[in-house]
Amino acid sequence: MRYLPLNTNDRQAMLATIGAATIDELFVDIPEAARLTGPIHDLPMHAPEMMVERHLKALASQNLVAGEVPFFMGAGAYRHHVPASVDHLIQRGEFLTAYTPYQPEIAQGTLQMLFEFQTQVARLLGCDVANASMYDGSTACWEAITMARRITKRATALLSSGLHPHYVSVAKTMARFTGDVLEHAAPGLDAATDIADLIGRIDKDTSCVVVQYPDILGRIDDLSALAKAAQAAGALLIAVVTEPVALGAIRSPGEMGADIVVGEGQSLGVGLQFGGPYVGLFACKQKYVRQMPGRLCGETVDAEGKRGFVLTLSTREQHIRREKATSNICTNSGLCALAFSVHMTLLGEQGLRQLATLNHAMAVLAADRLEQVPGVTLINESFFNEFTLVLPKDARSVTRALADRRILGGVSLGRLYPEEPDLGHGLVVAVTETATQQDIEEFATALQEVLA
Amino acid sequence: MSMNNQGRPTRQDNGSDAGGAPATSTGNRALLLEEALIFEIGDAAHTGVDFAPAPKVNSRLGGLDRRSAIGLPGLSEQETVRHYTRLSRQNYGIDLGLFPLGSCTMKHNPRLNEKLARLPGFADIHPMQPVQTVQGALGLIDELADWLIKLTGMTAVAMSPKAGAHGELCGILAIRSALEARGDMRSVILVPESAHGTNPATAAFAGYQVEDIPADSHGRVDLEALKARLGPDVAGVMITNPNTCGLFERDLKAISDAVHDAGGFVYCDGANFNAIVGKVRPGDLGVDAMHINLHKTFSTPHGGGGPGSGPVVLSAALAPYAPLPIVERQDDGTLVLIEEETAEDHHKSSFGRMVAFHGQMGMFTRALSYILSHGADGLQQVAEDAVLNANYVLRALEDVLDAPFAESGPCMHEALFSDAGFAEGFSTIDVAKGLIDEGFHPMTMYFPLVVHGAMLVEPTETESKAALDQFIGALRSVAQRARDGDASLHSAPHFAPRRRLDETLAARKPVLVWTEPDAVIAEAAE
Amino acid sequence: MNRYFTEEHEWVEVEGNTATVGITDYAQEQLGDVVFVDVPAEGKQFDKGDEAAVVESVKAASDVFCPVSGTIVEGNDVLADEPALVNTDPEGDGWFFKLELSDMSELDGLMDEAAYKQFVAGL
Repeated sequence: MRYLPLNTNDRQAMLATIGAATIDELFVDIPEAARLTGPIHDLPMHAPEMMVERHLKALASQNLVAGEVPFFMGAGAYRHHVPASVDHLIQRGEFLTAYTPYQPEIAQGTLQMLFEFQTQVARLLGCDVANASMYDGSTACWEAITMARRITKRATALLSSGLHPHYVSVAKTMARFTGDVLEHAAPGLDAATDIADLIGRIDKDTSCVVVQYPDILGRIDDLSALAKAAQAAGALLIAVVTEPVALGAIRSPGEMGADIVVGEGQSLGVGLQFGGPYVGLFACKQKYVRQMPGRLCGETVDAEGKRGFVLTLSTREQHIRREKATSNICTNSGLCALAFSVHMTLLGEQGLRQLATLNHAMAVLAADRLEQVPGVTLINESFFNEFTLVLPKDARSVTRALADRRILGGVSLGRLYPEEPDLGHGLVVAVTETATQQDIEEFATALQEVLA
Repeated sequence: MSMNNQGRPTRQDNGSDAGGAPATSTGNRALLLEEALIFEIGDAAHTGVDFAPAPKVNSRLGGLDRRSAIGLPGLSEQETVRHYTRLSRQNYGIDLGLFPLGSCTMKHNPRLNEKLARLPGFADIHPMQPVQTVQGALGLIDELADWLIKLTGMTAVAMSPKAGAHGELCGILAIRSALEARGDMRSVILVPESAHGTNPATAAFAGYQVEDIPADSHGRVDLEALKARLGPDVAGVMITNPNTCGLFERDLKAISDAVHDAGGFVYCDGANFNAIVGKVRPGDLGVDAMHINLHKTFSTPHGGGGPGSGPVVLSAALAPYAPLPIVERQDDGTLVLIEEETAEDHHKSSFGRMVAFHGQMGMFTRALSYILSHGADGLQQVAEDAVLNANYVLRALEDVLDAPFAESGPCMHEALFSDAGFAEGFSTIDVAKGLIDEGFHPMTMYFPLVVHGAMLVEPTETESKAALDQFIGALRSVAQRARDGDASLHSAPHFAPRRRLDETLAARKPVLVWTEPDAVIAEAAE
Repeated sequence: MNRYFTEEHEWVEVEGNTATVGITDYAQEQLGDVVFVDVPAEGKQFDKGDEAAVVESVKAASDVFCPVSGTIVEGNDVLADEPALVNTDPEGDGWFFKLELSDMSELDGLMDEAAYKQFVAGL
């Protein structure tokens, strides 16, 4: 077998060194009744590389590939062009096959990369510090809510109606077990966000207000007043960014006063991958750093005085604090963080701004064109690269009908909010730099036909 | 014969100082290149990406246009490739050599897996695409799920947890849901002292009090002590098997029976499943829930700290509580995705959603590629070779390193040593750093906590006998130096890109982001 | 006698109704380089045995249990910037907090310096 270097002679020689007659002697501690003697039946035997490739390719061919059709889906996962060098670099074996940098002298590559990543993320989100990444945006969001509870010693979180419903769902699942109280309602199909309403509901029991920016319907709103209101009441403002490219065009949540900013970093470097692995971004104000979850990389010097990097403040973590840890997380999303960081380095400030400008321009063109489809209205006054249309009929069936025509035309609110029939006609459309004007035209034409 | 005395010298000049390495003006040492931070190399005006010009439109950004600079340096593509290539060379990885980190299962990462995960049919599909357009992706999840269920002898599997610790949380939440469903509010989870730190952290996160279960003198759970503690307040136990001392918990079936009799559930930390895959099915030992680290047993790359993937197999008692989403095959062969919408009908008892989408698809692809390559027969061979390699290391070193449980029988996938016998003032860290100079990644240090100065060596099955012999030779030599009190070990590593790093300084004055040096800021202000 | 010691390696210096609490020289040596200390805020009330402070080294975090019941009158804020004081002057400038005693009789159960020295020697 190609991945197993030992042959029969090796095994015999090693058993002799150990002093065992057979390999079974090494498994004596497994109760005999439960020990398997041969391969588990009903499962195939080993296969050559070519056969495995053939099998998986057959599965892959059953999927409609985003890059091969007009594609307008977002709602928490965005399709952007990833430069070829990103994938090349993350496949370098020294990055790909390294472990968590517990031995810093021989892990400076990963550690320096993480330090650069932390700095990029903190700056992009407008915060003082960022961690070395989380599983994804949804888990980062929940971790932020628990962090606010630890800081404020209050347990009621107000979730904006514009927060991604899956993020809400994750938080609700966890809160059932932790005792956190989450207040949340579904969004309305109009241009106004619920910021004014949230401000009115903050009280002395509020630990945090969680608001997505741009929100699930693509709307953008100024968070400054909300931040002030939250902080005046002793609560924190948590901002959630699911499309970090937006921050190349619009003000960062940190600039507007958010205490904690979390995000989904998938847009940069990572790709769609049917939902994972992705990379959670987590940043906050300096004063809260010791309450942060997740790994942190810090600068220091070595015995010769040379600059180097180590994992630090690890006393917050589970391997030391055990049941008192800030979180049970024991991994980050290192390789995806690397992909994010490499892509961001290639872009730089200039590239990110160009990318954001291009996204916004294509989205404006698409919004203008789709609004001309009879019966379709656009709810947004403001948006970045994603907006919400109201269709004259159930949007779920429309997305399926579009898919039959090989067009992936947005995410229906019916799928995101199955329990809210009032939202059933809503369609969230994302338009990135990967969409062409011809794609937009094909989408509009097909939409018109499907709605006719 | 004519003599060409213009030629280059081809042998060492005896008069030169061959031993001393002079400092270089750059700080570089030939192939070992120092590399500055991107913030010191690049600036906001450089970029490595070209874009088509954006069509002119009227901004619809709601007046929130970014006005201030972000502070993100850019590099050209060439500089970017060079930057990260140089950084990569300061890392140790499995591709470079043996990486015997106990409990972490650093095995070879086949490149076929990488290739297949990048097929556009898997890598370039959106998680919310209509299910009719992702039948192949759902099929892959279903096929991997089937393997995991059959390999473990369980009833169901929750695929979405993002990593091992997330999987633990999934399992404990399923246990709590099952107890709540029968109106049984229990408050305590029992965890052995030798457990991974994630176990107590997870139990606490799920709202449980954590109590230790003592180990017996042979490094295993003390069955009688455990039985004595069981009662109506105990929701369950979390047991790692094989445990973190590298030993198989012989009494697991008896433990499970006792826990079940007392109305509790058994969570098994499957971090070490590599040692027993194909040799025993945890379901046959009474386990109710177990996470499987696809990045350990099934070779998905560790990537310098993630992404992981931690599907959780569940017994019939816990299966109804599995989190959403769930992939289900219908009678006509088509696959459906059970999400919130359909959960009411199909999975009323599901405890909810743990992640935004379907879990680590990219890891599922890699894991299935690995599993199909090995097949049922190869996976059994994996466990056998992993255990063989670990025992070989154990027996080859027990005369120079104290092996506290060597008398407890064969080890499983990892060999545990202590620092007993080292000279005064020498500890495990000295041996670890000495191994770095010998060209190896060190073993896990100071874990498990039940052994003083623990050294946990997990060679994995993907090491050849020759590689093991070389490693054993190196570790013997370093261990001997620790026994002899060789002071040079205290300052090891001597040959790594960095010497020992000051972790106290890093923690006392945390510098977590790069900031412009004061001089630059002052200049900019002028 | 106005300085007392506990088996948890804390010292308690009593002046009138106020006690100053820190960790002993032995404790700091066991911990290694202290990198962070979390001291309680003024006004907090603790019962004897409650977790009142946290002291962290690079690899360990330890809870400091309140050796006597009372109300915090001052936490040593200097430790936020100079945690190293716990190593260099544990039984002086490296004190953790001062509290107003609510039950003087609790002091009776504590050790004096000689008893503590003997206790440490037996460890």
